[in-house]
Amino acid sequence: MRWPEPQVWAALIAAGLATYLVRLAGFYVLKGFAPRGRTKAALDALPPAVLMAVIAPTVLATGPAETGAALATAVAAALRLPMVVVILTGVASVVLLRMMLA
Amino acid sequence: MAPILVAAAPIGLLWGTLAAGKGLSALEAWLMSVFVFAGASQFVAIDLWQTPVDVFVVALAVFIVNLRHILMAASLSRQVGAVKPALVPLMAYVLVDEAWALSERRALRQKFSLAYYLTCGFGMWITWTLSTALGAFLGKSFGDPAALGFDFAFSAMFMGIIAGFWKGPKTAAVLAAAGGVAALVKLTVPGAWYILAGGLAGVAMAASLHREGDA
Repeated sequence: MRWPEPQVWAALIAAGLATYLVRLAGFYVLKGFAPRGRTKAALDALPPAVLMAVIAPTVLATGPAETGAALATAVAAALRLPMVVVILTGVASVVLLRMMLA
Repeated sequence: MAPILVAAAPIGLLWGTLAAGKGLSALEAWLMSVFVFAGASQFVAIDLWQTPVDVFVVALAVFIVNLRHILMAASLSRQVGAVKPALVPLMAYVLVDEAWALSERRALRQKFSLAYYLTCGFGMWITWTLSTALGAFLGKSFGDPAALGFDFAFSAMFMGIIAGFWKGPKTAAVLAAAGGVAALVKLTVPGAWYILAGGLAGVAMAASLHREGDA
């Protein structure tokens, strides 16, 4: 087993610290914080908005196969099918569409 | 709790496979799971991973994706009055979406249980660290993940998670704003800024659609 390069160590530790400090801050800095009204509506939107932002380039700006597969996956997700079924729908449809559109 | 662990194992294997595809060893994949221990952000980190790795790009992206945990921790902090202060750093370490959601759901009906929360958290920890390392170890034998469509699995998984946040038409507007802005920024600005820009656009949309009297 090869020992990680210094650059890799730096990335792993920086990513780990960023995550751990966020989690700690919720317990100590925002202790008992219970947002209401517009603040709550905005903060509630943060998780889905960030997740959507993460996948948007793949889904919207890669090619027709990825966008088509995303539509099929969105249907499976909207039907609240089990996560494994949603993932398999996405993987199978992207493989099929890439073959058809290649 | 068992179904959550069963669901996490194949996702961990998949992440390990993608990590191996980007050149990470099983040890490096395991270390990332131990240090970061947050599935969604690890998928983003691997998506942005290059050789040599850009430390700032990876850490910023992980930070942005995990910002939601500050709200989960704040919500948990209201339950933990009876918990020994020395145990709070341990609680923070295993704060993953699944442990948080299960504990909060249970706390609606009965008193918050630290033992239950830590069992969920460390159950996820064992499942995630082992499955990701195994995925990276086996990953090299699979070859190119894109050939099997595995590169798309991560987007599909996120769509499944997003569906869990659905609250009606306003969610559609939030997702459209976040997705549209993120795609535009990704095409015009290098690095991970598109995640921050899209996230802020979604949050701004939610704030502007809010009407007093809404739940």
